[in-house]
Amino acid sequence: MRRSLTALAPQLITLAALVALVSVFFPGFVEIRLIDGRMVGPIIDILKRGAPVALLAIGMTLVIATRGIDLSVGTVMAICGAVAAWSIDKGLGLGGAVALAIAAGLVAGLWNGTLVAIIGIQPIVATLILMTAGRGIAQLITEGRILTFTHDGFSWFGSGTFLTVPVPAVIWVVTGITVALLMRRTALGLLVESIGINRRASALAGINATVLLIAVYMASGLCAALAGIITAADIRGADANNAGLWLELDAILAVVIGGNSLLGGRFSVAASLLGAMIIQTIDTGILLAGFPSEYNLVIKAALVLVILVLQSPRMAAEWTTWRAARREPKPAGRVQEDAQ
Amino acid sequence: MLLSIRSLTKRFPGTLALDDVRFDLKAGEVHALLGENGAGKSTLIKCLTGAYRPDGGDITLDGEKISPRSTSEAQELGIGTVYQEVNLLPNLTVAQNLCFGREPRRMGMIQTRAMTRQADAMLEAYGLDIDVTRDLGLYSVAIQQIVAIARAVALSGKVLILDEPTASLDAREVEMLFEVVRGLREKGLGIVFVSHFLDQVFELSDRVTVLRNGRHVVTEDIAELDRVKLIEHMLGHALETEVDDHATPHDDSAPKRPEMLKFRQMGRAGVVHPFDLDVRQGEVVGLAGLLGSGRTESAEFLFGLRSGGTATDTDGDVPLDTPRKAIAAGFGFAPEDRKTDGIVADLSVRENIALALQAARGWARPIPRAEQARLADMYIERLDIRTSDAEKRVGELSGGNQQKVVLARWLAMNPRFLILDEPTRGIDVGAHAEILRLIHELTAEGMALLVISSELDELIAVSDRVIVVRDRRHVAELTGSDIRTDTIVHAIAHRDDIGEVA
Repeated sequence: MRRSLTALAPQLITLAALVALVSVFFPGFVEIRLIDGRMVGPIIDILKRGAPVALLAIGMTLVIATRGIDLSVGTVMAICGAVAAWSIDKGLGLGGAVALAIAAGLVAGLWNGTLVAIIGIQPIVATLILMTAGRGIAQLITEGRILTFTHDGFSWFGSGTFLTVPVPAVIWVVTGITVALLMRRTALGLLVESIGINRRASALAGINATVLLIAVYMASGLCAALAGIITAADIRGADANNAGLWLELDAILAVVIGGNSLLGGRFSVAASLLGAMIIQTIDTGILLAGFPSEYNLVIKAALVLVILVLQSPRMAAEWTTWRAARREPKPAGRVQEDAQ
Repeated sequence: MLLSIRSLTKRFPGTLALDDVRFDLKAGEVHALLGENGAGKSTLIKCLTGAYRPDGGDITLDGEKISPRSTSEAQELGIGTVYQEVNLLPNLTVAQNLCFGREPRRMGMIQTRAMTRQADAMLEAYGLDIDVTRDLGLYSVAIQQIVAIARAVALSGKVLILDEPTASLDAREVEMLFEVVRGLREKGLGIVFVSHFLDQVFELSDRVTVLRNGRHVVTEDIAELDRVKLIEHMLGHALETEVDDHATPHDDSAPKRPEMLKFRQMGRAGVVHPFDLDVRQGEVVGLAGLLGSGRTESAEFLFGLRSGGTATDTDGDVPLDTPRKAIAAGFGFAPEDRKTDGIVADLSVRENIALALQAARGWARPIPRAEQARLADMYIERLDIRTSDAEKRVGELSGGNQQKVVLARWLAMNPRFLILDEPTRGIDVGAHAEILRLIHELTAEGMALLVISSELDELIAVSDRVIVVRDRRHVAELTGSDIRTDTIVHAIAHRDDIGEVA
């Protein structure tokens, strides 16, 4: 436990520093109040608003661990949201809507996985196909308009609460814990890392790399489906053009801020989730701090740059040297103190 | 003295990689640098080429103290290096590779024709008449190696370091390379030659320096040394006998072991001419042949990496369409190129050893951490894998120890048929003997082995039977007292006088 906390230290420190920074501009930032049986406050808002990126980051972490990338997740969100809205519209009910949306996400993942693992197309190109074509599919489903619906059961996924906590936050936390446990309590984590580091050697050692790769892309599709359901439920409608737009990039950024290498191999789902929360804290913090909205993207970019520079291996090496240099003259100082 | 190194020291966390090492290189000599894995050869070379900064000591080149901070700085000072894996760009032309970074230009534009002429002129000195406008990757490793040397010499021109240059060359190519090296020696270059092939060291070198555990052991003229003495210096203890100690008695009247596997019509036209193979329990089948003869491809058919042919055991058919099926049937395969096909570099020693076993058990049944650690510790001890602990990244181990990790991965599966493709390539003498000893232990337990090796002495020492592969056909099978260097060489070399055994 302590070891995993040490590994997460850079992300935890960054998050704490951001919270402190935003608190300077917006003193009530960490306050949480209970109103009508639901928790309310900026932190709770971050946990809720950050749900789509957090969910996408979970799947993206696994894909990146296999040395791949999934650019299609934002689009898959739109497809799944459209499928859910269509199902509600057709009166298939809550169960039908959720089941069909998740099935759509899995099919999207199967498509990506097949292109990558069986046909051998580079992941960035393979998922680019669905990224661009998928919005068209979503538009076909919604017939080119924003498909709105009223269904209180389904809206619960976007705006409901579970034991005072917003449902989207519950969904990403539970998904994150489930995936992390599934990876670390079974051998999946090791096998995924192994094919990410050296697919050929892994296959020669008897790992079914093809099936595992497809499964990982399907997991990413599943996460995108959950994110799509939350987004559609939140706005009570499916917007094929804008749902999940550019979120694949935020998800990749979350994975990177989490310290996972884009070259595959070792990964940490928890670190990616912290990365997602860091991004959402920046987004929400900028709004709360009251900057004119045209500054948002510039400030976000600057903060992300600072975080990535501070986390870079070179800075880590500099830090170690600096600490070592400071530690060496210390004994002399202690002698003086003793003398006094 | 062209290059002189004094009291060179390099420390890594937990180890002293170089401890007060000295090394001298005269102009116009080939100086072999020898030592076991982990003796400090690579560290010494990396200090010379600027990849590492030494913690202490002096490097003097042409009477001036130098301390190169990068490979390019070392090159400018006059120290060029050619590695085992050619580090040129295979998708550029030969001329582009030779002139890379200093192409002849006019008004900023590269003069392709001038570059071609320049490249031709550079290679002419090496007796190499090839089309320099074709991609480097189209040529054999030997030619790529010579192009790399030509580039290094043109850039640097004083000291040339050859780090295991012959590891992936066949005998004829080695001779071609040696001619080039001898020519450079006559021109007055100082050449540092690192190799595990002692025969080549004796053939090419003028002097030898041996390192052991980061310390300088001896520097002597090659004429003063014989093979046994040299190995003694490297291993640090008197070696009673070499490999022959473990040699299988090649007795024609050896008792027949029980049959285990029958392979029929393995192979496919254009890759390897279909062949039959019977393997008995506890038997070592050697596969001899030159590089590219179809040795490795034969092994790939047997392990299900390529499909073609059928296999049966005493219980019936053995499906072999994929490596997974082959592994399920009790097969194992330690491939030739352990860096790309064997180890998973970023995983720990423990995880690498447990990998095949875990893959066979399936993802849902993880091997408990304690059991993995027990397996790893057991094989670290049994195979004498030199690592600080089981959690170290395999990529940080030396080549010989990586090979032992791959072997441990398969031994943990307890296979009945293990294929070892060049099990001792690029491995030091000590680890070499250990691996041959291991082969004998394994067969005593009933495991059957297929060993592919370029080193005939090694094949003769371990094999009960040697199959000779030539031009993608299995052309001869030698047993008992017929397993001798001359018979194998004869079978490899002669095209007509031995009947084809398909």
